Amino acid sequence: MILSLLHRRLRHGLASLVQIFAAFLIPCVAAAQSAGSEWTTPAGTVQGTRFSALDQINAGNVSQLHEEFRFKTGVLAGHEGAPLVVGTTMYVVGPFPNKLFALDLKRPGETRWVFDPKADRFAQDKACCDIVNRGAVFANGKVIYNVLDNTTVAVDAVTGREVWRKKFADPAKGQTMTMAPLVVHDKVLVGNSGGEMGVRGFIAALDVKTGAEVWRAFSTGPDKDVRIGPRFGPFYDKDKGQNLGSTSWPGTLWDHGGSTVWGWLTYDPDLNLLFHGTANPGVWNADLRPGDNKWSATVFARDPDTGEAIWAYQITPHDGWDYDGVNENIVVDLPFPSVNSATRKLLVRFDRNGFAYTMDRKNGQVLSAEKYVFANWADRVDLSSGLPVENPEKRTHEGVNVLDICPAAPGGKDQQPAAFSPKTGLFYVPTNNLCMDYEALKVMLFEGAPFVGASVTMKAGPGGNRGSLLAWDAAAGKKVWELKERFPVWSGVLATAGDVVFYGTLDRMFKAVDARTGNVLFERQLDSGIVGYPMTFIGPDGKQRVAVYSGPGGFGGAIVPGKLSTDDPFAALGIVGAMTDLPQFTGPGGAVHVFKLP
Amino acid sequence: MIQKVVVTLALLLATDQSAPSRQLRVCADPNNLPFSNRRLEGFENRIADIIAADMNATLTYAWMPQRRGFVRRTLKAGLCDLIIDLPAGYEMVLSTKPYYRSSYVFVYRRDRHLEVRSFDDPGLGGLKIGLHMAGEDGANQPPAHALARRHMAANIVAFKMWDVDSVESPAGRIIEAVAGGEIDIAVVWGPFAGYFASRQATELQIVPVEPSVDPPSLPFTYDISMAVRPGQATFKEEIESILDRRRADITAILAEYGVPLVGQRASSPPGLK
Repeated sequence: MILSLLHRRLRHGLASLVQIFAAFLIPCVAAAQSAGSEWTTPAGTVQGTRFSALDQINAGNVSQLHEEFRFKTGVLAGHEGAPLVVGTTMYVVGPFPNKLFALDLKRPGETRWVFDPKADRFAQDKACCDIVNRGAVFANGKVIYNVLDNTTVAVDAVTGREVWRKKFADPAKGQTMTMAPLVVHDKVLVGNSGGEMGVRGFIAALDVKTGAEVWRAFSTGPDKDVRIGPRFGPFYDKDKGQNLGSTSWPGTLWDHGGSTVWGWLTYDPDLNLLFHGTANPGVWNADLRPGDNKWSATVFARDPDTGEAIWAYQITPHDGWDYDGVNENIVVDLPFPSVNSATRKLLVRFDRNGFAYTMDRKNGQVLSAEKYVFANWADRVDLSSGLPVENPEKRTHEGVNVLDICPAAPGGKDQQPAAFSPKTGLFYVPTNNLCMDYEALKVMLFEGAPFVGASVTMKAGPGGNRGSLLAWDAAAGKKVWELKERFPVWSGVLATAGDVVFYGTLDRMFKAVDARTGNVLFERQLDSGIVGYPMTFIGPDGKQRVAVYSGPGGFGGAIVPGKLSTDDPFAALGIVGAMTDLPQFTGPGGAVHVFKLP
Repeated sequence: MIQKVVVTLALLLATDQSAPSRQLRVCADPNNLPFSNRRLEGFENRIADIIAADMNATLTYAWMPQRRGFVRRTLKAGLCDLIIDLPAGYEMVLSTKPYYRSSYVFVYRRDRHLEVRSFDDPGLGGLKIGLHMAGEDGANQPPAHALARRHMAANIVAFKMWDVDSVESPAGRIIEAVAGGEIDIAVVWGPFAGYFASRQATELQIVPVEPSVDPPSLPFTYDISMAVRPGQATFKEEIESILDRRRADITAILAEYGVPLVGQRASSPPGLK
């Protein structure tokens, strides 16, 4: 019924029906924890599960998938993110200059319209790692996304016309925006990037109808700026105190303290809590900022309507490794601590620092923290204090060479999002297996002045494979199976009710594996390496499709589109040293590929 | 009037006919005085003029802010053939012989009589110390590391080196802050200090940081070279011969911009190539 309404609306361009549709759709998806025939929010669900209830494509027939069509965005750069599908339209946001393409699924490969946000040309020179975009969200009849030049833009889903835009800052100041927004109630939630350039991180809420800013919460500074007030109740003593966002820094360095909000946002409709992480603290040299440097590398639970912090847990205090805390906080209800236990309201996150955290999402208590990749910077997380038990030999200091720190700066997993299947109860996690050397005193240049710092070079971790896809049992805190890959698995993951798990590799393979065993059921070589996130939907013919972007880039694949020289091991924060052979496996690209059964 | 036009045209034609076919492509920052800007007002622009004239080449610019990846995205990407001002021995490039040497300097109002010359000066303890701060990447100016070692990070007042395009020479803000009394003292790379200090209403004192190396191996003085792509040894030698031949002109330009020059040191500090 709803679908047929939408089809009619798209045929006749009746915008009013979009609102009717949206009113049905959003509460429906929020409650179900699985995506249905459409894909309207970046992770498929506001809980961040990347799980679809569709099962036409299943373990028995997935091997027959073939490509129905592909559409090139015309940009040869890292294509992170996933398309959206609403009705019979697929929406694709390209990397900078961030055009939005509306593809007609009834005429595969054809565009209904293309929206150009007229991005500031200057933004490209300022972006940290690549010119990626992690996708759009559909709400209130609009497709809403962030442009690299710090603009959030809302586009009418039917006409392709701009409805509103909100400019946050000039990219010349070092700030950019790459993250995918989330819509909760009548608010669009967005955050900034650019910790490398000394900016101050924040998350903001915009009115979905007008783009007007409703609230903003900074990640550093006094409590009022962080929106910490009477409702704030962190679980651990280490996170309790007045104005820790400024007092845990020397002087006024919190004002340049990074801790941006460039990763994933998730939402629990039952508790009305918004979850987000914060990035690493500004100025990598940790000796310059003695203290915990709150609220860097922290998970926040906030009231989405007011922005008030309800609890916070700093994951990696006084970060010295670039372990951003921006990875997705997946909202799940699972029996814990064992399959026979009562179901608990959990938050599961695979942090860059190499630990998988299972937390009580009501109060931020860490119930378990186990290594999901090889990690040697800390032995374990002390569950009574919430503090990591660090290995002092792997602490970075100015003027000291520290070798073989694992994981490397991109972490056991970077932003590439994991999936959760309520059918198997397992998480499917794309991982990096990289370690790094941190060597003191390399001369650099900034705006005419010599700078001296550490150089970071990365290399494969134990085993020599640089990445894997693994299945994780959060209750047991254990890996169930693992598929090793040559390169870091920089793609996202999709799990479906057909018991199939989809992901892609930097060496161009799009794969489907059995959700229970990890057996590879399907693989197809695409035109270029994959850093996008697979998604699934029902096409106009009632048949299930799976779509994924190709186009290597981002931090992990930066060597390809940026044509980074392989004799510059420090390029893209040192990752090139670990990826010198990638150009042998993929050239640049940029397309959405749509697959279906015969 | 008509005569004038004819003469001008003739001159243009003459210039056109004798226009050198050779191009000198230089990469520079579009808004970073005293080094360079798009209006060609920096000392790098002036020195590039000399080099181009000497090799009878037409000078063209590829503009790019000097932030992370500058060398990679300009010289290494083939957008240009020469960078005028880069620390000697910089990775990824072939450096010419150094043509000047400068130092990080303390800058303070003369009427404050601070007499600070070293990071170990006890007088530094209670002061608000301005520094240019970049981001993470492990990259900070040597004075930031020196203060961190002395547990004086809380004294730091951070200034950005960049701003929106409409702000002229954002790196000069820190010197204005010294002159205006917003901070007590700044520690900045010499060329910024010399240029912007002379433009303040208040008299400012500029004192090179001593000693020139913070033991064991953190240098405050740097040799500055031009840079070409690795493998272009012949081009490098050509540039070096021009640097030798035009040394007096180049030194005069550096003096005009107030670049604090310091002597060569006997040997490299340990730990640095």
